[in-house]
Amino acid sequence: MKLLLLASLNGITLAALYFIVASGFTLIFGMMRVVNLAHGSLYLIGAYLGHDVAALSGSFPLALAGGALGAALVGMAIHYFLLDRYQGDDLRQALVTIGLSIIAADLLLARYGGLSYQFELPEMFYGSMPMPIVGGYPIFRIVLIGLAIAVYLALWLLVQRTRFGIMIRAGVDDRHMLGAIGVNVPLISTLVFGLGAALVGFAGVVGSSALSIAPGEDARYLLSSLVVVIVGGMGSLPGAAIGALLIGLAEQIGLAYFPTYSIILSFVIMVAVLAWRPYGLLGRPA
Amino acid sequence: MLSRKLRCLALVAGITAGFSISVSAQSTNIRIGGLATLDGPFVALGQEAFRAMEMAFEEANYTAGGRKIDWIKESSDGRPDVALTKARKLIEQDKVDILIGPMSGGEGLAIKEYAKTAPTKTFVNGFSAAQETTLVSPAANFFRFGADGAQWQAGLGNYVYDTKGYRNVAVVAGDYSFGYTQVLGFMSEFCAKGGKVIEKIWVPNGTKDFSSAIARIPNKADAVYIMMGGADSINFLTQYDQSGAKQPLILGSNVSDQTVLSAKGPFQRRLVGLPSAHMVADGIEDAVYKDYVAKYKKRFPDGLSSPSAPFYGYYVATKAVLAGLNQVAGDLSGDQAKFRAALSKLRLDMPAGQVSLDENRQAIANIYVTEVARAPDGSLYNKVVKVIPNVNQTLGQPREAFVARGVPSRDNPSCP
Repeated sequence: MKLLLLASLNGITLAALYFIVASGFTLIFGMMRVVNLAHGSLYLIGAYLGHDVAALSGSFPLALAGGALGAALVGMAIHYFLLDRYQGDDLRQALVTIGLSIIAADLLLARYGGLSYQFELPEMFYGSMPMPIVGGYPIFRIVLIGLAIAVYLALWLLVQRTRFGIMIRAGVDDRHMLGAIGVNVPLISTLVFGLGAALVGFAGVVGSSALSIAPGEDARYLLSSLVVVIVGGMGSLPGAAIGALLIGLAEQIGLAYFPTYSIILSFVIMVAVLAWRPYGLLGRPA
Repeated sequence: MLSRKLRCLALVAGITAGFSISVSAQSTNIRIGGLATLDGPFVALGQEAFRAMEMAFEEANYTAGGRKIDWIKESSDGRPDVALTKARKLIEQDKVDILIGPMSGGEGLAIKEYAKTAPTKTFVNGFSAAQETTLVSPAANFFRFGADGAQWQAGLGNYVYDTKGYRNVAVVAGDYSFGYTQVLGFMSEFCAKGGKVIEKIWVPNGTKDFSSAIARIPNKADAVYIMMGGADSINFLTQYDQSGAKQPLILGSNVSDQTVLSAKGPFQRRLVGLPSAHMVADGIEDAVYKDYVAKYKKRFPDGLSSPSAPFYGYYVATKAVLAGLNQVAGDLSGDQAKFRAALSKLRLDMPAGQVSLDENRQAIANIYVTEVARAPDGSLYNKVVKVIPNVNQTLGQPREAFVARGVPSRDNPSCP
């Protein structure tokens, strides 16, 4: 009972991290249909920049802001100079971003080396808090859930309740018509791309505080984002949340009860979902 | 007009001359391939490996047995199939004579099998330490000048039983051949003393979130033996600390390595005083060893606070190749038979003690039981508490009996 409860808690907190990473991905790939396979590199860039900011300022909130801002700037530059001109040309965008991710990985390895980095969390977030049944649970992992819920609500409000959100949704449905009524569509898409990149940079700092950051994490988070978005349904925010929960819980419960096979469990879920609902749990045909 | 023609001719002549020089140089230079991991979870180890080869080659001025050395590097990501592809590329396309590598346990098994299909080349292991690689059906042209993962744990089981007084231990270890090998090395002493390993939790390689594995550690364990690859162990240590768990830890060789101790993070405070064992220890109080550390620090100012174990592994391997080449004066004719005979008989005086080979071309070497300590400058290092001299692959037991017990696996050995 205690093990099941702990594994579920771990699964939910891991899902929170996966959701923050995948929310940026679902914005960029799911809503705007920009194929960005350098999403994992933006995660690494955010984490490393955040680490630099933390080393200089000693402040964790500043590190979060720095990671998000740095990743957003890099992301907007990528979109503005490289991806926007190939809008709708999936194969080119995929190849350009794969190339970018390889270059970024080598540059980061040269700059930061192969060792792992971690953040010094503020004292109030470090350690464990008392909890019924399980005894104690790491505070920061509870904070993760709060952060994920905040990101979800903020994104939902932005997309559903603001003028900017209306423009994003209109641009997804008919880019040319939106341009014809006088909206600067390239600017909007670059801003949305920047927002998605900011989210993943933010997730980079959060993720490397909860876990750690080292070369190779880029591919891992790209893969987890892909799986989450495919399972949840492209472009659907609630879908990404459900997908993240499924994958996080599967990984942790698998690790607790049958560790040898835990690694394939998330892919079994993906195959099952695709067989049953080819557009994902909450997705709709494009 | 004339001058332009002349210049053109001179250019062509220059190119041709340069070409012929490089062609003739190719035929006399010895080509050595280096295979390590600059992708995947073992990147920090891969960087150390290439630093080691560079330092060894520079000490020899890129010359051995009177011939120049061409060094070709290739990177794997720690997976056996990738290591195999890269080894084939080095041997078949780059035409290297000698291959030094690979890094990780599973990779070593794949390269050993590949070595059997390329009998005219010589393979010298880098840092991979799965036991089966040289214990079971070894390849005649595969040499390992480093101890294997079970040897690395010599002395540790006795030390934690006698000195620390642990009787019931839980194991959390990487689910791959090197993980099994290390656990076997630890258990063979610990279980022989009468200690119990009450639970073994195998976690897939590349796991980042260990919290559910930590939740499975039984309360009645006196201590937890942990062994994960590369960067993964940092995550484990942090999550273990944050979970509020109180049981003391015993560290597998990779966990006490400088690639972990040098990493930055709050997990560090958990490490001081924890026991481990390895084929090298940065606390060795010996003039030769200190000289080696000083050379490393001078050559790689942006490196670790002292050379890591993978650095040592690749350094010894490269030194062995150079020594072998010197003995045969660079003669690799006759499908390298003379060179291989020389390698088999080498006795190398290395910074952490003498290394020689057994009949399976597997190293016999010193092992150091250590405890993590904090140096005056604040960095962490492994303080030597005991030296076990000349540990062989069968851990001092008769070969037949040792082999008959079977290769290490999830369930072998067992003493619950």
